[in-house]
Amino acid sequence: MYELIGVTKQYRRGQTRVDALAGVDLTLDQGDRLVIQGPTGGGKSTLLQMLGGLDRPTSGRVLLDGIDLAALSERRLTAVRGQNIGFVFQSFNLIPTLTAQENVETALVPLGIRPAERRGRAAEALESVGLGERRGHLPSELSGGQQQRVAIARALVKRPKVLLADEPTGNLDESMRDEIVDVLEGLWKEHGLTFVMVTHDSAIARRAPRLATIRKGRITIKENRPAAPAPVEA
Amino acid sequence: MFFTYLRRELRRRRKAALVVASGLALGIALVIVVNSVSTGMSRAQGKVLESLYGLGTDLTVTKAQERPEDGSRPQRPRFEFQGKEEGEEQSSDRLMVQGFQTLADSTVASVAGQPGVDRAVGGLSLVNLKINGEFERGRIQRGQTQQGQPGGENGQNGGAQNGQNGGAGGGSGPGDTVTGGGAAFDVDSFTLYGTDVTAPDLGPLTTSTVSRGRTFKTSETDAKVAVVDSAYAQEQGLDVGDELTVKGIEFEIVGIATADRGQSAAQVYLPLKQAQTLSSSASKITTIYVKATDSTRIDALKTAIQKNVTGTTVTTSADLARTVSGSLDTAADLASNVGRWLSYAVLLAAVLVAGLLTSSAVTRRVREFGTLKALGWTSGRVTRQVVGEALVNGVVGGALGIAIGLVGAYAVTVAGPTLTAELGSVGGAFGGGGGGRGGTVFGGGPGGTATGRTVDIALTAPVGITTVGLAVLLALGGGLVAGAFGAWRASRLRPADALRRVE
Ligand SMILES: Nc1ncnc2c1ncn2[C@@H]1O[C@H](COP(=O)(O)OP(=O)(O)OP(=O)(O)O)[C@@H](O)[C@H]1O
Ligand SMILES: [Mg+2]
Repeated sequence: MYELIGVTKQYRRGQTRVDALAGVDLTLDQGDRLVIQGPTGGGKSTLLQMLGGLDRPTSGRVLLDGIDLAALSERRLTAVRGQNIGFVFQSFNLIPTLTAQENVETALVPLGIRPAERRGRAAEALESVGLGERRGHLPSELSGGQQQRVAIARALVKRPKVLLADEPTGNLDESMRDEIVDVLEGLWKEHGLTFVMVTHDSAIARRAPRLATIRKGRITIKENRPAAPAPVEA
Repeated sequence: MFFTYLRRELRRRRKAALVVASGLALGIALVIVVNSVSTGMSRAQGKVLESLYGLGTDLTVTKAQERPEDGSRPQRPRFEFQGKEEGEEQSSDRLMVQGFQTLADSTVASVAGQPGVDRAVGGLSLVNLKINGEFERGRIQRGQTQQGQPGGENGQNGGAQNGQNGGAGGGSGPGDTVTGGGAAFDVDSFTLYGTDVTAPDLGPLTTSTVSRGRTFKTSETDAKVAVVDSAYAQEQGLDVGDELTVKGIEFEIVGIATADRGQSAAQVYLPLKQAQTLSSSASKITTIYVKATDSTRIDALKTAIQKNVTGTTVTTSADLARTVSGSLDTAADLASNVGRWLSYAVLLAAVLVAGLLTSSAVTRRVREFGTLKALGWTSGRVTRQVVGEALVNGVVGGALGIAIGLVGAYAVTVAGPTLTAELGSVGGAFGGGGGGRGGTVFGGGPGGTATGRTVDIALTAPVGITTVGLAVLLALGGGLVAGAFGAWRASRLRPADALRRVE
């Protein structure tokens, strides 16, 4: 489903040039799960932006189902994001003035779904992350873990092909981390999504079937077999 | 979603919205108050001019001022008193044309014939001057009598007949002293206006309302009838049915007229033909009152008349307005210049502040808008949201501003400060003429002439539909401009910003 060929991304800051991605080749199949690790500044978020069509590579191709995201117009790219890609961010990124329900609905707005159906699907998605009762609450009235669950419901309500999560547990304490990872993995299994997650949590990394490490813009991939569940510590 | 999001944003960020809205409100309220006050001013000015011209007069035509030829002296009234025996009473009764400049009344027809002239009517302004009094010769005292004895003592004698003009000292020879001497004169003057009775709805008499009796009938061209201004009637103890003698001719007073505002155009009104006969100026007039067919093309008409009817001076209300001075003029200037600029400056500042606040609100919401873009919201949708918020702020500010502005304008009207307008003379228009302000003889008479009239007017601040419309437009415009600031910021946001950890 994903095919990245020779993807580079350079940022220019005054005179200095930063190679955030220095030639990444990567193939992902439908339903794959990839965990990305690496030191800070290695280029993990940058790679996720390429996959999600949030930014364009300096060179190379990012094919999603055979379509090069790098070559799409801004309008088409926005449509691809709206239909196919769900994001979960480290700091939840909920709209502070909207309720949980309304936050989830924002993901359905670009799809032109009628309000009645939109409300139903949003309620359903909140139910599936265990927040059915918290629909009318504002983000500020929810705990960090609950906020992230709302964000997950928002990412999945449109039934995307791809779920991209950038350190989804980065802002949570340990007890909530496992909870969120469990929710994400459960949904991945249930929906058969392609799921890419950036994490600093080595416990999570160890459980992943495929583990990518990005250092100075270069990617190395390690296959963990058997795929699941996590091996017992020796 | 658009309205839900809009409502939520405005409700939950009420304070920020209120700051923006009240800034706009202040600007708009100022614009309304200043605009309505200045409408009130020009209305007041219009009333002042109306009090001179009468309703419906768009311009007046008078004789062009002639340059006095070399050697010749400008025409002035001259009174010649023979040196009769002292103490003997002398008197003079003069009926003079105000300004000494007349036009042939055939000019009325030529002016009326000009394209763009609806109607034209002529009138004759006169001044009646009666002087009664006596002379007393100065006594020459030789030798060393008290020096510099003022004429006071003798002046008292001379002033026995309520002399307004006290005694003046005589000339003196070297060593001699002239004491006393002088003249005590009683000057009684009143203004007359010969009106064209066949055209009762144009000319200066329209500025007065007949309070007792009636006005002229259109058939009274040759009748010996008069209408007297109420102030003059009261002063002279005249009433309807009484007789008024002008130059020895008796006129029956048929009506008492009260000036609608300020002073009346004349103290006594006579049929034009009578006035012409009395003043030995048959077929002469001083002023032609013109009503134009199109009141928006006065200036063109002025040019046309001046060109086609030679020897005339055309005065429009605009020309006359230029001569208005006094507190009304100062206030009107203030309102139309300083006030207007100030209000627009405040509004501009308010719009700019609103714009910057909106823009900085967008900056604070970078992550929010970036997230929405990441979720597939188009730039257009995000921009619409920002502009929508700004527009609502504009509408709220506008409504608030209109409310404050209406209250302010109402307060001005209720307080109704009195403004005084002083009308200067326009070249040859209203009794200015050759004498101009120099002709102090006229100024002395009660009622005076059109020159130097003062009119008191209470200021109002009417708020017109256009002013409110303007305010609404300004509010929406202000909101849009503010929104544009934000929209510009929002449209430049990259969705990747949503992933940025630090803001
Ligand atoms: N918008 C940008 N402008 C300039 N440089 C950037 C920009 N975004 C990222 N970079 C640089 O590109 C490099 C890779 O950044 P990236 O955010 O992908 O790292 P990361 O692996 O996600 O790090 P972290 O673990 O801290 O999130 C870094 O050196 C960063 O400074
Ligand atoms: Mg990162």
